[in-house]
Amino acid sequence: MNDSRSAREFHDGQGEQDCLVEVTGLKKWFPVQKGFIANLLSRGHVDYVKAVDNVSFTIKRGEVLGLAGESGSGKSTIGRLVLRLLDVTEGQVKIDGVDLGTLKREDLRKARSKMQVVFQDPLASLNPRMTVGQAIEHPAQIHMPDTTPEERKQLVLELLEAVGMAPPEFFYDKYPHQVSGGQRQRIVLARALITRPELIVADEPIASADVSVQALLLELMIKLKNEFDLTYLFITHDLATTKYICDRIAIMYLGKIVEIGALDEVFNSPLHPYTRSLLAAVPVPDPRHRRTEPLPQGEIPNPINPPAGCHFHPRCPIAVEGVCDVEDPDMESSVASKEHLAACHLRTGKYQHLDPKRT
Amino acid sequence: MIEEAAADERIILGEPSLKAGEVLYSLRDVSVEYGTRVGPVAAVDHVSLDIRKGEILGLVGESGCGKSTLGKAMLRMIARPGKISTGELWFDGVDLLKISEKNMRQIRGARLGMVFQDPMTSLNPLSKIVDHLTETIMTHESSVSEAAARDRAAQLIGRLGLREERIDDYPHQFSGGMRQRIMIALALALRADLVIADEPTTALDVIVEAQFLDLLRELRDEFDLTIVLITHNIGVVAEVADRVAVMYAGRLAELASVNDLFLDTKHPYGQGLLRAVPNIELDGAELYQMEGAPPNLLHTPTGCAFHPRCPAVMPVCSQHQPAFASIGRDHYTACWLYEDHPTGPEAHDE
Repeated sequence: MNDSRSAREFHDGQGEQDCLVEVTGLKKWFPVQKGFIANLLSRGHVDYVKAVDNVSFTIKRGEVLGLAGESGSGKSTIGRLVLRLLDVTEGQVKIDGVDLGTLKREDLRKARSKMQVVFQDPLASLNPRMTVGQAIEHPAQIHMPDTTPEERKQLVLELLEAVGMAPPEFFYDKYPHQVSGGQRQRIVLARALITRPELIVADEPIASADVSVQALLLELMIKLKNEFDLTYLFITHDLATTKYICDRIAIMYLGKIVEIGALDEVFNSPLHPYTRSLLAAVPVPDPRHRRTEPLPQGEIPNPINPPAGCHFHPRCPIAVEGVCDVEDPDMESSVASKEHLAACHLRTGKYQHLDPKRT
Repeated sequence: MIEEAAADERIILGEPSLKAGEVLYSLRDVSVEYGTRVGPVAAVDHVSLDIRKGEILGLVGESGCGKSTLGKAMLRMIARPGKISTGELWFDGVDLLKISEKNMRQIRGARLGMVFQDPMTSLNPLSKIVDHLTETIMTHESSVSEAAARDRAAQLIGRLGLREERIDDYPHQFSGGMRQRIMIALALALRADLVIADEPTTALDVIVEAQFLDLLRELRDEFDLTIVLITHNIGVVAEVADRVAVMYAGRLAELASVNDLFLDTKHPYGQGLLRAVPNIELDGAELYQMEGAPPNLLHTPTGCAFHPRCPAVMPVCSQHQPAFASIGRDHYTACWLYEDHPTGPEAHDE
């Protein structure tokens, strides 16, 4: 037990607090599909996309962890791995102390009632032939077989009310196409709540909504979290929204977490040069705050063949030759805070004396 | 007929002679209707707007507000069952709604460029980048040789931050950000005066988006370009636009310089929208909860379309549509808060 605890302290400094989710050394490698001829020529050599490569983090009970990064960084894959919708290549996901990888099919199904998922597009998540009431009730039929249909209907009506769909009786018999996009996402949230989960993985839950509706959904998610004692893994590409809901944030780049810490610490004093660039690039809805900081060149490289050493070094303004392009940096805590970690040789690693901006 | 032909010639041959700040493109009372089973729906409803030479005009609004339809109307690209039902589109002294499709085709692409959200649907996957560019150049300028067109294409690609030798690559070999640069290159290949960019950065990641916005600003300065930037992203508009027009339910709600629009917002819709947008620079602020959702255009509310959601709603708002009128220097809005209320039997009833 002691071993795992020290490992945990090492990877995100959260120590021995009440963790609902513990992810250790998580990897997901997808083989690259090639044509028949290419396969023959490469003599069975398989390339992999390292979608998630050695990622560790924890989420405390009642906490909201934001997982942010650009497209292709692996953030959605992590969400699916946490829910075991995908099998892991290597590493461990523990929910409430139980390693999901060790569970048999039936036990995994039971464990899943404790965790739910909300995706970006609610229309794709709802069966168009099921009424709103049926859709919300469906998980209860599977996971709560002891309840009567009347009890379940009561529960559905209460949940509709909780997600702001009033009067609930009005919406109960509607079909998904008869309600607005924002209301559909409310229905998906209600459905996620019926089994009384502890963990909700929200993968871009508000990205498809209009600006004025996004704010409402965000507030609703905060309200539900408090009301139902939820823990969120909040996956998003939009750093500005994380500010309103997340307690901690992890920044991903090419399959790795490059920085993790309390939201305020990461936003106010970012350690990793990539985090800095990402924060600087977020457009601010105020013309007095036009960006002046220079941007990194180019775009995210091909994940099949990522750069050696630190994956960010070809775009990094402070990369040092012979160090950053050779050695892969580990996640290490900053001087200021044990719970603020970054993977950068020059900022938290053993080459801090080479940092040009060192004070 | 003779007059019309003369006017057409002027567009094709005439050198743009406008100075920065002069009106380059003028929409007058433009409406676009789509025929539906339950009757015509006005996606754009009597919009008048002047676009000035050399400016970046941000056109913002939520989905369904008509901003993309307005952009397409400016290019006369409304497909059936839609049609431009009223109005005038003045560009370089000519009403584009009065010229033939053949003449319109010579203006479209050559003088009015366009960039859409998904470049992959605008590029032919079977053609190399160089073929896209040379075809565009040679179609519009018959005197240019293929070699000269190729040189020009390579130069442009280089200017937009791609390696020149990549002009022989196919669209799928480029990333999303690069494809958007190619779309801009297509617009610049013929030295378009005005580029209408419809959600050009929506599919891009935030750093690539910021790079693209920098590029737009540079091109505006270097090529004397005028850009209409259509987007739902308020942050993007604050970052690059000189002036901003806010649309709601097919109409303009407000138009002002970017500073006035963000710092002295007049229309309650704009005020709410700005407070509902997450701002990474603000600490401890709560997001404003705007009631309801944008209206379905089949059942646009009477009077001011925003009145059911408006925190400052008055009796007059549900009865009469406010005019889009000046309320200060270069600042326009359509709201009864800033206008004398109509008097008459109807108004007295309230």
